[in-house]
Amino acid sequence: MNQLKIQITGLSKRFGSVRVVPVLSTVDLVVRTGRVIAIVGPNGAGKTTLIKSILGLTRPETGRILIDGNDVVGQDAYRSRIGYMPQIARFQENLTGAELIEMLKDLRGGTAELDVQLLESFGLGPALGQPLRVLSGGTRQKVNAAMAFLFSPDILVLDEPTAGLDPLASSILKDKILADRGAGRTVVVTSHIMNELEELADDVAFLLDGRIAFVGTLDEVKRITAQATLERAVATMMSRGWVRAA
Amino acid sequence: MNTIFKVLKYQARDAVRSRWLIGYAIFFGLVAEGLLRFSGDPAKTQLSLVSVVLFVVPLVAIVFGTVYLYNAREFVELILAQPVRRRQTYTGLYLGLALPMVLAYTLGIGFPFLLRGIDAAAWDTLVALLAAGTVLTGTFCAIATLIAVRCEDRLRGLGTAIAVWLMLTVVYDGFVLFLLAVMSDYPLERATLVMMMANPIDIARVALLLRFDGAAMMGYTGAVFLKFFAGAWGTAITATALTVWILAPVVLGMRAFQRKDF
Repeated sequence: MNQLKIQITGLSKRFGSVRVVPVLSTVDLVVRTGRVIAIVGPNGAGKTTLIKSILGLTRPETGRILIDGNDVVGQDAYRSRIGYMPQIARFQENLTGAELIEMLKDLRGGTAELDVQLLESFGLGPALGQPLRVLSGGTRQKVNAAMAFLFSPDILVLDEPTAGLDPLASSILKDKILADRGAGRTVVVTSHIMNELEELADDVAFLLDGRIAFVGTLDEVKRITAQATLERAVATMMSRGWVRAA
Repeated sequence: MNTIFKVLKYQARDAVRSRWLIGYAIFFGLVAEGLLRFSGDPAKTQLSLVSVVLFVVPLVAIVFGTVYLYNAREFVELILAQPVRRRQTYTGLYLGLALPMVLAYTLGIGFPFLLRGIDAAAWDTLVALLAAGTVLTGTFCAIATLIAVRCEDRLRGLGTAIAVWLMLTVVYDGFVLFLLAVMSDYPLERATLVMMMANPIDIARVALLLRFDGAAMMGYTGAVFLKFFAGAWGTAITATALTVWILAPVVLGMRAFQRKDF
């Protein structure tokens, strides 16, 4: 079995100060090196909060997040090893894509080997010189994707990566994700499109009301629910209000 | 330190290309140019500009700042997903907002005067005017940053920004005037000075007007103010008050930013 890349133990988070809403309740999750894990679950289940906790964008109340055995809660330097593709790519509209990339290079210190494969396959060359405000939503999303992969990070965190991409771009991105997994990178991905996760995921974690209701390999999910596709399997889990951690 | 400068660099690059900011510079350019043409006298023009500056600079700094930072939300998340410290990121964002605004203001006001060429006295007051605008921009951008960090809901944030501006521009002065009227039988010069220090716009107003020989018109109170502001103590206290008015919201905002969940 592969090594442990990310270990999350007892992660809890509540939002709000007056009416406190629990978003994550004692989440335990293990992500192994070189695998793609899909975080699935209904809207508001805590998928984005979980992802943002790994990045330190959201501060957990309790619990630990270990990356390669080191607790990273409250740390900064470890993020140089993560490539993050946020769900919404509305960055400063007067900057060009090239300037955004330049900024990330500056902020990261520029020691990593640059992986320009996505920039090239998306054919982003001419678009990078233009301010983001004149680019279409799809093109901005391509820039967003290319930036996540640019620094050859060990860990890729992708929040709804194919949202807004046309089928060709989406295929290119999926090929890239699989190629990077093959190269030993670890990928954490969320998506609403189950067919897409079926192509990508090795493991599936099902989040329900801030708890991990199920975690296992793609095949296990399908076997346990006795369904042929991931979409059907997740639908079955959702309708039963699945509570058994496997 | 490094991160501060890097964040500042890209944030400022975006801000100086903003149509709103360019419009802001042109607005001051037109007002200064217009007043110069009507009065033909740099000193009178600058005196008229004082009221415009004290009114417009805080309003634009706090409203533009708040809106701009709400729009920068995803940009900030992208930066924070990199190996950066939050404290430095915050400072970079604040300076990247405030410095372009100061630049726009300085160019807008300064240009018409520089084109004509002005005498030494008018230079003094022009520098004072620019300094006051810079300090007010610093304060109100800091308050805008604080609001944008503390308040999740952008409509409420914008409402708060406008309320703060109204408080400090209109309501506070009304309150002070009311107090002075009610207590008119008592010597209130010192109390007035203290109340003034509690409002950055008032500090800027008095500090500016006293440079324009307008103090003679302000009677006994004016004389007290003049003595206070001309003295070493007065200068030190004024400088301290203005610094506190910038640093307090910056520090409060930074603390909120460090704990914030994005």
